[in-house]
Amino acid sequence: MQQYQISTNPRRLRRFHGGIHLPDEKELSTGQPVAEAPLPRLLTIPLQQHIGAPAKPLVQVGAWVLKGQRIAEPQGYVSAPIHASSSGTVIAIEERPVPHPSGLSATCIVIKTNGLDEWARLPKPLDNYADLDPSIVRERIRWAGIVGLGGAAFPTSVKLNPGSNQPVRTLIVNGAECEPYITCDDMLMRERAGRIVQGVSIVLHLLGARECLIGIEDNKPQAIEAIRLAVAQSDIKESTQVCPIPTLYPSGGEKQLLRVLTGEEVPTNGIPAQIGILCQNVGSVAAVAEAVMEGRPLISRYVTLSGRGIAQPQNLEARIGTPIGELIRAAGGITGDVRKLVLGGPMMGFTLDSEQVPVTKATNCVLALSTEEAPDPAPALPCIRCGKCAEVCPANLLPQQMYWYARSKDLDKVQDYNLFDCIECGCCAQVCPSHIPLVQYYRYAKTESWAREQEKRDAEHARARHEAREARLERMEQERKAKLRKKKEALAKKPAAAKVGAPRDAKAAEDPKKALIEAARKRAAAKKAALSKEGVTPKNTNTLTPAQQRQIDAAEARRQPAEPTATAKED
Amino acid sequence: MLTAIVAFAALAAFFGLLLGYSAIRFHVEGDPVADQVDAVLPQTQCGQCGFPGCRPYADAVARDEAEINKCVPGGEAVVLVLADLLGKDPMPLEAGVEKPKALAVIDEKECIGCTLCLQACPVDAILGAAKQMHTVIADECTGCELCLPPCPVECIHMVPVGEDLGSWKWPFPATAPDAAIHPGAA
Amino acid sequence: MSGVIVSSPYGERPNRVDRLMLQVVLALIPGTAAMVWYFGWGVLINMVLASIFAIGAEAAVLKLRRRPIMPTLRDLSALVTALLLALAVPPTLPWWLTLMGILFAIIVAKQLFGGLGYNPFNPAMAGYVFLLISYPLAMTSWLPPSILADHSLGFMDSLRLILTGAPPEGLSWDAITMATPLDEMRTQLDQNRMIEEIRTSPLWGDFGGRGWEWIGNWFLLGGLFLLWRRVISWHIPVSMLLGLLVIAGLFWAIDPQAHPFPAFHMFSGGAILCAFFIATDPVTACTTRKGQLIFGALIGVLIFVIRTWGGYPDAVAFSVLLMNIAAPTIDQYTQPRVFGHGKDSG
Repeated sequence: MQQYQISTNPRRLRRFHGGIHLPDEKELSTGQPVAEAPLPRLLTIPLQQHIGAPAKPLVQVGAWVLKGQRIAEPQGYVSAPIHASSSGTVIAIEERPVPHPSGLSATCIVIKTNGLDEWARLPKPLDNYADLDPSIVRERIRWAGIVGLGGAAFPTSVKLNPGSNQPVRTLIVNGAECEPYITCDDMLMRERAGRIVQGVSIVLHLLGARECLIGIEDNKPQAIEAIRLAVAQSDIKESTQVCPIPTLYPSGGEKQLLRVLTGEEVPTNGIPAQIGILCQNVGSVAAVAEAVMEGRPLISRYVTLSGRGIAQPQNLEARIGTPIGELIRAAGGITGDVRKLVLGGPMMGFTLDSEQVPVTKATNCVLALSTEEAPDPAPALPCIRCGKCAEVCPANLLPQQMYWYARSKDLDKVQDYNLFDCIECGCCAQVCPSHIPLVQYYRYAKTESWAREQEKRDAEHARARHEAREARLERMEQERKAKLRKKKEALAKKPAAAKVGAPRDAKAAEDPKKALIEAARKRAAAKKAALSKEGVTPKNTNTLTPAQQRQIDAAEARRQPAEPTATAKED
Repeated sequence: MLTAIVAFAALAAFFGLLLGYSAIRFHVEGDPVADQVDAVLPQTQCGQCGFPGCRPYADAVARDEAEINKCVPGGEAVVLVLADLLGKDPMPLEAGVEKPKALAVIDEKECIGCTLCLQACPVDAILGAAKQMHTVIADECTGCELCLPPCPVECIHMVPVGEDLGSWKWPFPATAPDAAIHPGAA
Repeated sequence: MSGVIVSSPYGERPNRVDRLMLQVVLALIPGTAAMVWYFGWGVLINMVLASIFAIGAEAAVLKLRRRPIMPTLRDLSALVTALLLALAVPPTLPWWLTLMGILFAIIVAKQLFGGLGYNPFNPAMAGYVFLLISYPLAMTSWLPPSILADHSLGFMDSLRLILTGAPPEGLSWDAITMATPLDEMRTQLDQNRMIEEIRTSPLWGDFGGRGWEWIGNWFLLGGLFLLWRRVISWHIPVSMLLGLLVIAGLFWAIDPQAHPFPAFHMFSGGAILCAFFIATDPVTACTTRKGQLIFGALIGVLIFVIRTWGGYPDAVAFSVLLMNIAAPTIDQYTQPRVFGHGKDSG
């Protein structure tokens, strides 16, 4: 047992309001070391796996790509690039089902792997990152397509650039992993502690932060030990402290972890950088180390396969774009009784209808839950106002009040009760004796509120256009009236001018309009005479050149077959 | 008895004067209720409510001459907001079901360039000129369907807008108890 | 997309309404046993009758309202209402009064407002108050505790009394009934007797009425069981009892001869039953923690006030109903500070 020096003064931990104890089911999937999932035949890589604008494809259908090659570039600042997870050919760039609660599809790049798994040419490692300008390191992180691997998938290079007006003094590394069943971060900490700590060192340097706190729930003793060892052997041991925290769901939530470790609260609608703190998942930090020290982009991640519906629950290192069904097969396949297939954990994940959806950067877990583990909810009973939901809410909200107003679709009142401070952790619904699907009410309220705001903006825009149109018509009307008025005035002035000037055609004096026409005709005749002098005759169908005649014949020929289809389109 | 009558008369006179003074001093131009109703309406100017545009309907609702459930593009959401605003009971949509949002699309093979639809569009969402191809600017189209009747060759069709990941909404929970007595619940 | 989209959480949810209600019923057993020991079978007969009437009434109303019957009956809330009402009324109450009380509690105070979760007033207390105001004599004819009784009623005698209203052979109504200690105390105080004098009567035990003081303890046991099982939280019981004790203590300290010892208040009437079983009814109490403390304290104060200066000897029901009215307002003004708002943030 190696002795190491590290500050063993336990940090004084705080508590956040609420939270619940759940059976953690972690031993199901931590029995064996993490294996690499077999390379799938097809990789379906969505263009949007992150918060922000979707990436734009750089390759065409039919292109041959190498592993780690950039196949889509970021659009705008808050965006991330996409890389090919293995070598092969791009066989399609089209809409495919993606992991989302709606089951809808989105544009994906589909690669048929050739089995060779050849790397593309990778950029040089940045071993001397400590001497480099932070923006170079950030650029490398952005190039590598690293996003928050804890589930939020926010582009890491953007998060690590909080701006000079928000200096970060504390880096928090989130190894809590509080949701039941999920163990991918646990295994990553056990197996790749060195990589994680390397990443921490890089990020510390990048941010210029003074200290780092690594929060790990105390139901992961091996992970705590591994990380402690790695920290003790690193160059950041003076500024880094490993803090085991009490196992309580949801202490892995960013705001809750921050409060436990530092006692501070992120202001509502704000980000931790506003109080000088930044939080990163252990997986993201390890990916940063890979990108900076090895020059490798993010093309794979640890995924937990668990639940009593899986034959051999375990963690697998899966390539981004692997169909979920292949991962399940690699874990022994489905045992008989599977009631639900869930992506993510049982508290915050969503159900999948199809096994064909791919692994994305945000996929941390796939659960096949038996009927016993995930019984179908019975119809909800009325709310008995017991207040258990408010007791457990980590955001200290009043879920009961939010429920009443969301149910009567009074979205303004739901927002008055701070709807957008809800982190959708599911604690309230878990303890509700009436089994009310509280989280779904709040999710409904949030998406409905956003949709209504969008509709309001659209309505304002349409109103502006409508008013502009009315103004335009009004203006045209005014102009027409003004013209008419001017003409009348001109007419009134004309007879006076005619008396002064030389006598013209008597008829013209009486009828100014006829005079105008007469003048125009004289001008045209003069022009014609001038042109015919030059040998240019007026163009009409009597004097077609042969080339022109051919063009007309071709158009006629095109029109003939079009007509039958036109009539067939009548509905 | 006399004192009671005198007291009441004095009170009535006092409050009458107070009310009269406030009616003049705090008089508001225009009709703020109509403005508030208009702010809620979706501004598609489609006329499906039976009024020639959103503002006329808003005025009618403010004068209590029209029911609050007539706006078709606004759907149930608008009925609920108006009910809350005006202190009335929410009622089901007159039109029955909410229609999904659709955009107008001109079939270019059929278009004869007559500009009748251009003149009909309340938000100038159709691009074109006489004898030139007409096309609907999808981002500006509000789905009001006012361009369909004028077209002499019936080349405009309404195509429903599909959901995408950005516009998808979580459904209202289906296990709501007592659904029948709450008009707002599922 | 196949089927309905259901959101997380997906795991098993162990809390259930019927399990909560069942634990409340279990917690009532010790106190009920004590009541039966001291007052005879009438209590139990009333409980059985009340339960049958309650379930029948609820089923009938649900049928009229065209709602699913079995799921609602299965949540056992009607049963709890019935048991609490039966414990509150005297063991001599005729069956048809129990029926009327139950009908009022279940139909008017609960179902007409929308059923479980929608009623603003505690149904059991609403039923009790309805009976008390309409039939004050019947509602204040308690039996003497068995240790004091000259004539105890056996099972058949109790049954006959409740079903037919006829006292046992050879005994008159007055011979078998007796006022409650609270009633007695009030009457005597109104006649300007002093506490010292009053307490010389054999009715009184160590600190409350003989027999009565022990019933409180058994209900306390049940209440502690509920606290341990986390069916209720400590806020309402503790604040209610403290509120009652503090104000009773204050007045006792000012004039010990005009006001009984505070413990008397705690162990007489339905104070303990109220603290743990009635005031903690989640539907009608406050939901915020701070609100619950205020709610409970004011109930305690009101109980003292009405008992001392009000028109009725026992005040639990009225206090609870009055505070039910105030509960939403108290909730409104005692909302917790949301994470990320106010102090400690930014």
